[in-house]
Amino acid sequence: MRERRLVPRLALVLGLAFLYGPILSMIVFSFNNSRLVTVWDAAHSPTLKWYGALLHNEQILGAAWLSIRIAVIAASVAVVLGTLAGTALARLGAFRGRLLLAGMVTAPIVMPEVITGLSLLLMFVALGQLIGWPKGVGALTITLAHITFCMAYVTVVVQSRLAGFDESLEEAAMDLGARPARVFFRITLPLILPAIVSGWLLAFTLSWDDLVITQFVAGPGSSTLPMVIFSKVRFGVTPDVNALATIMVLLVATGVAISTVWMRYRARRRARDLQLAAAANL
Amino acid sequence: MTAAGDPDSAYVRMANLTKKFGDFTAVDAVSLDIRRGEIFCLLGGSGSGKTTLLRMLAGFERPSGGAIHIDGEDMSAIPPYERPVNMMFQSYALFPHMSVERNIAFGLEQEGLQRAEIRRQVGDILDIVKMGGFGSRKPHQLSGGQRQRVALARALVKRPKLLLLDEPLAALDRKLREHTQFELISIQQRLGVTCIVVTHDQEEAMTLGTRLGVMNHGRIAQVGTPSDIYESPVTRFVADFIGSVNMFEGRVSEDGAECVRIRSEELGCTVRAERSVHCAGGSTVWTAIRPEKINISRHRPLAASAQRADAAENVVRGTVREIAYMGDMSIYLVQLDSGRMMRVTLPNITRGTERGFARDESVWLSWHGSSPVVLTE
Amino acid sequence: MARLTSAAGRRLIAGIPTGWLLLLFLVPFIIVFRISFSEVRLAIPPYTPLLTFRHGSPALELHWSAYQFLFTDPLYVSSYLYSLKVAAVSTLCCLALGYPMAYAIAHAGSATRPVLLMLIVLPFWTSFLLRVYAWIGLLKNNGVINNLLMSLGVIHHPLALLQTDFAVYIGIVYSYLPFMILPLYANLEKHDAALLEAAADLGARPARAFLRITVPQSFPGIVAGSLLVFIPAVGEYVIPTLLGRTDQLMIGRVLSDEFFENRDWPVASAVAILILLLLVVPILLFQRYQRRELEGAR
Repeated sequence: MRERRLVPRLALVLGLAFLYGPILSMIVFSFNNSRLVTVWDAAHSPTLKWYGALLHNEQILGAAWLSIRIAVIAASVAVVLGTLAGTALARLGAFRGRLLLAGMVTAPIVMPEVITGLSLLLMFVALGQLIGWPKGVGALTITLAHITFCMAYVTVVVQSRLAGFDESLEEAAMDLGARPARVFFRITLPLILPAIVSGWLLAFTLSWDDLVITQFVAGPGSSTLPMVIFSKVRFGVTPDVNALATIMVLLVATGVAISTVWMRYRARRRARDLQLAAAANL
Repeated sequence: MTAAGDPDSAYVRMANLTKKFGDFTAVDAVSLDIRRGEIFCLLGGSGSGKTTLLRMLAGFERPSGGAIHIDGEDMSAIPPYERPVNMMFQSYALFPHMSVERNIAFGLEQEGLQRAEIRRQVGDILDIVKMGGFGSRKPHQLSGGQRQRVALARALVKRPKLLLLDEPLAALDRKLREHTQFELISIQQRLGVTCIVVTHDQEEAMTLGTRLGVMNHGRIAQVGTPSDIYESPVTRFVADFIGSVNMFEGRVSEDGAECVRIRSEELGCTVRAERSVHCAGGSTVWTAIRPEKINISRHRPLAASAQRADAAENVVRGTVREIAYMGDMSIYLVQLDSGRMMRVTLPNITRGTERGFARDESVWLSWHGSSPVVLTE
Repeated sequence: MARLTSAAGRRLIAGIPTGWLLLLFLVPFIIVFRISFSEVRLAIPPYTPLLTFRHGSPALELHWSAYQFLFTDPLYVSSYLYSLKVAAVSTLCCLALGYPMAYAIAHAGSATRPVLLMLIVLPFWTSFLLRVYAWIGLLKNNGVINNLLMSLGVIHHPLALLQTDFAVYIGIVYSYLPFMILPLYANLEKHDAALLEAAADLGARPARAFLRITVPQSFPGIVAGSLLVFIPAVGEYVIPTLLGRTDQLMIGRVLSDEFFENRDWPVASAVAILILLLLVVPILLFQRYQRRELEGAR
């Protein structure tokens, strides 16, 4: 029986090495003095000069700022729309148009981005021709596009959380006199909040990171961070991008570490509470 | 089947209540009257429709037909959050993100009371369920029994006209269950609230209920006090459902005003029951005799020995096949000459085994004429 | 719960997201479809209108030239086939690596499991673009892998690893691995260990029990994971552009070039519609799986 574990475990180790190897290589070479990123200049490395260059790069900073603004707005609106859609699919039973909504909501998850990007741009152009809005493409169209594909992911997260939710809690609230709207805001929403938060983070990451759709619906004046990075790296490796990558990895790792510690703390406290309650068994 | 009772005091009236899910009828034209201040237990197996009936009373299922009236008011158009009904859920359904106090106060907040008044009422009900001082705890910090009290308190604090309890004792272990049963009754009597309890547990139903309703396939099979149901079941289903029973098929040989004689091949004797059945001679009926009503003896009972052997009444011979010692009583499975098994229980009133019968011992079983119940359906 | 919300409330809850998606997801596809039947022209917008008025009455002007072009020019046909091939091979590789990994996680101790899952998902939160870019640094001629192999004396000339099919496979497997592992894990985690014990009790060796019991049971997970990788991989743009061949393009790149380089909106639209036609069956399969998963949880 033990050999059964060997192959999967080996695959796991190799897989993790495969996943993290490139990231580690990027981090290491961000400290390399040489312009030829992958040729280690032992004499002058490690150095922080690329980080310095990054912080003075107006183009990158501007693009990053734009990306953040768009991501925050897109994630927030996507969360509202996604929660509505998830609630509709999980709680409203069979309604007219349910199949339509369910189909439209899951399609963007797998749809190749070139298709979504092209279709959205053509839509904006046609709309602009028809009613004069939107006037050309730019930050607004990018945001609208991001909201559209982000809400699909949020819907899936919220819907699956609601599907596993104990409906007797909602019934108990109604039994005690609360109308459906109140039930949703006082009982359901607080309890699915972790799912909504992770939906927001997911939407933020997807928006912040998106390249293909953004390229279609962006205008000449608005360049998001992925667009700037892409135009740089099309033609080869550049060291300041390595520095940027390292910073992003650090930020993400810190965020994950904090949330893991927080969740373990809460789990430990909960376990202790349960033990105390069981001991005082009445 | 309507409840036997004073129709004028019907506090909760269900008239021809029906619920269909597609082709399946879960509740079939149920009519019941519940009296004010009583604990009514709906007893039935899974699929009997009892839970659906409860949910219709609470307002979570809309009836396909029939009506519900509570204190004279028609509930058809009234959603659950406006009904004077509160429910204690089987899983308790305590809001995990709220403290005990907030859980209980939730129902009162809808009524627009002052905060001080809410706090006072919450405190009162917590004292009644003996959970005073637990107000700031969260549900996950409570044991199963404590959570049950909080759920009860939450359902009682609004002083509903009707309190519904869904398998209230199912999640508790045996010792706790007994203790809680009596506490529930005492709280209910103190507050005078009308209760309907849904359960599959006979013991629970018999202990809690002032009246019981036995449900089967969406219909009410019988309504009555625990004693009525146990001692005078009206159908084979009810006789078999409650406790254990020995059931034998037979034909009416003589039906008089005071007694009826039934000839049963399965039993191997004539049954003389002290009641009148009002059915034609020769018709098929069933005799039901409870195990504790049967006498076992090594020798033929005196009264019976006076009868002719082939016209033996209420007495039969058999061989002890199995004995189950339960501590307070023993169960004997006795095989009759006809091959059928008869179940007899005897309390172990002495500590020795002097009365104890052994396996494969030949015995006489007899019973009094008032013991058999004759069933026509 | 549904019957207790007012009809107006229900319409609002379902209507708002439906309305948004109709406008920003469905209608755009209709527009793409419509434009694929136009011809390119020098104007704003750069395509011929659908409805023209001839002698005062409306007439539908449908041009099939875009589609004709796609079917007759071998570049496009080979591009479609190449994309399908690359996506299929990548999906299989992803499955080959992802299945044992998911299996290992599902059988890990309850304390290590969340850690492992987090490790799998963590790279997903860092930029997709940057992670693909990282492979450039590893695969190029004076990149990490070549430098390492040369300094070890294994090879004397750098291997052409970049701008090959191989690089694209690596890129796709690398980027989409979490999408393969997570549905597989979700499925494997639910398996009842007692079934394998019963199989062993009946005389089946571990390998046989695995093939006859575990694999069939994990089929929904395999399908879900594979679709989550295959469908977007067909239309991938970034990975083939940064890592892939220059002599054979994948269809996503073709679409983008038609649109941005050639400014030929009708042909680009036709390319998109044909990709959709190719993928409509997998997409519907995926949606059916999603529906079943989410409804089965109740």
